Amino acid sequence: MNVSLFITCLGDMFYPNAGKATVELLEKFGCTVDFPEAQTCCGQPAFNSGYHRDARKVAKQTIEAFQASSYVVTPSGSCAAMLQEYHHLLEGEPEWQAEAEKLSAKSYELTQFFVDVLQVEDTGASFHAKATYHTSCHMMRLLNVTDAPQTLLNHVDGLEMIDLPRNYDCCGFGGTFAVKMASISKEMVDEKVSCIHDTGADILIGADAGCMMNIGGRMEREDSPMKVMHIAEVLNHTEAR
Amino acid sequence: MPLRVGEKDFEQRVNTGLEDAFMRGTVRSAQEKLRTRKQASSEELGDWEAWRTLGEDIRSHTLEHLDYYLEQLSDKVAERGGHVYFAKTAEEGNAYVQQVAREKEAKKIVKSKSMVTEEMSLNDALEDDGLEVVETDLGEYILQVDDHDPPSHIVAPSLHKNRTQIKDVFADKKGYEESDHADDITRFVRDELRGDFLDADIGITGCNFAVAESGTVSLVTNEGNADLATALPKTQISVMSMERIVPTWEELDVMVSLLCRSAVGQKLTSYITALTGPKGEDEIDGPEEFHLVIVDNGRSDILGTQFQSALHCIRCAACVNVCPVYRHVGGHAYGSIYNGPIGAVLTPLLDGYEDNKDLPYASSLCAACTEACPVKIPLHEHLIAHRQIITEKENLGPMPEKWAMKMFGTGASKPKLYRLGSKQAHRVMRPWTKGSSISNGPGPLKAWTNARDMPAPANERFRDWFANRRRSEPDE
Repeated sequence: MNVSLFITCLGDMFYPNAGKATVELLEKFGCTVDFPEAQTCCGQPAFNSGYHRDARKVAKQTIEAFQASSYVVTPSGSCAAMLQEYHHLLEGEPEWQAEAEKLSAKSYELTQFFVDVLQVEDTGASFHAKATYHTSCHMMRLLNVTDAPQTLLNHVDGLEMIDLPRNYDCCGFGGTFAVKMASISKEMVDEKVSCIHDTGADILIGADAGCMMNIGGRMEREDSPMKVMHIAEVLNHTEAR
Repeated sequence: MPLRVGEKDFEQRVNTGLEDAFMRGTVRSAQEKLRTRKQASSEELGDWEAWRTLGEDIRSHTLEHLDYYLEQLSDKVAERGGHVYFAKTAEEGNAYVQQVAREKEAKKIVKSKSMVTEEMSLNDALEDDGLEVVETDLGEYILQVDDHDPPSHIVAPSLHKNRTQIKDVFADKKGYEESDHADDITRFVRDELRGDFLDADIGITGCNFAVAESGTVSLVTNEGNADLATALPKTQISVMSMERIVPTWEELDVMVSLLCRSAVGQKLTSYITALTGPKGEDEIDGPEEFHLVIVDNGRSDILGTQFQSALHCIRCAACVNVCPVYRHVGGHAYGSIYNGPIGAVLTPLLDGYEDNKDLPYASSLCAACTEACPVKIPLHEHLIAHRQIITEKENLGPMPEKWAMKMFGTGASKPKLYRLGSKQAHRVMRPWTKGSSISNGPGPLKAWTNARDMPAPANERFRDWFANRRRSEPDE
């Protein structure tokens, strides 16, 4: 199966290890992974802030970058959800809308791709640790991917998953929200970090670079000993026996 | 109280909220309680999603045929001997109520809870005419006694006050001397209000839903105050905003089920009152005269726009109760009688963008509001649509942001430029980088690094790794 990886802007620049793990994981399950060089960002920063003219340009770029792909997989729920918005964003341009629909039909968030397309629930990973998982809002509410991450994590050998209290609450990232409404965002991430610490886990697992950057950044500032990992890194983790 | 409340600007209001630990504690525990209760009561109903779809269908059908149902409602009210007045503006609505009060030579008016009359500043208008107006909903009464403190929640207007603060209000203003227990305070308020109910010349109510087929006004309360306000005074005036209507009793059943569960997590509230016209010849109580004031006040301008579904709102505040932004800043930060996510959507529609341009940005777009809405208003999408109008039509976005987005749009749509830029990122950021993170970023990053570290851009981007890997595996 040929799969094009949409690494996303944050993944490319800040979380290359999550990308590497994604590639290895997909290859482990028989996928041939390519990386269309023309990809940039999904356009969400401009879209969510109301700059739709600017967002439209980026959307078209993304559509073109993945035109030849049969599957597009991205290790980010929020960016995967953005690809589903292109159709609305490009209203008034029916030819582009048709292309947008093709892209959204072949695009998947990583865990969604594993469970729904590859029909894999056990990635053969092993990891002896106590962890908790942050459900990102866009993945859960906009993309409707609710169970796949948990299903995959539950199959990781040795991994003890602890439920995160108030997991339905946003971490306060919200893209430009974190900068525009910095004081509110800080209170939200503080509340999230305190819930995470309450679990007593050693590792926080996330599936969205934005949330990881926000929660991880706040934890680092507070000298938290907790480690933040992308779900791809966990699902690709094997321990020597 | 007008739609917009307070003098302070948005940032000041937010900071006041964030600094109010009491209020935040109260809001947090209220949200928690309401969320749990709503979940339990909606699960009991079976397929909640199917109910939401039904609610949405009923609301959108009604709004699509609003002219028809309003005419039917008006005819039915008139058939039953009531008077109907269509008010284009708040001023027209107030003037009509003032006129009725003058004709009745009224001195005292009791009111049950009504958001639209708040929006119209009806109390101010009546008080200017020398009338005594008494709010009889407990939450509204507390605010009225507390020198017209603005409401902070659509359903529970005094949510920002805890019982000790409420006790203090009554001790201060009304000479209350008992404990801060809810029972004691409530008993005191009942005694205070009983006389007002008996003396009042006019009872004014809002309207949760008007039933078009019968000309009925339905009211949903937990205190029974609306029943007294409509049973005792000789004249009843109900004020409704034009969209608060259902075609028949069958739809009323669905909407009330959704409302009670979404608002307070109850199957039904203690009192669901349905009033049709003035007292009939064979009836023993009820008003001798009944007026229904149907208020537009900017709503027909929303019909037919992309925001039409905002008029589906049944004022349950489910969106408010799940909103993390609301939890931290409280209702007063919105500077509007409509707060939380629905307030951030409705206020700019009813009051314009100029003074409310920050409200649509008071959301992380987490969509908890959209998920909670019993009539499926896509609240977070409306917030994005507002943002687009603010930046691209009204041109109210900050200049640096506008330029940054333009650069982003250009940079991210030209792959070569983008690749070059992201390759340079780690070098550009080096002066601010310590180890693998940035803790004191320049320019707009400062707002980020004030509270958190930021990872430094990777030396080797993912795409570099991928390209190198391909090169070192030429067979693949």
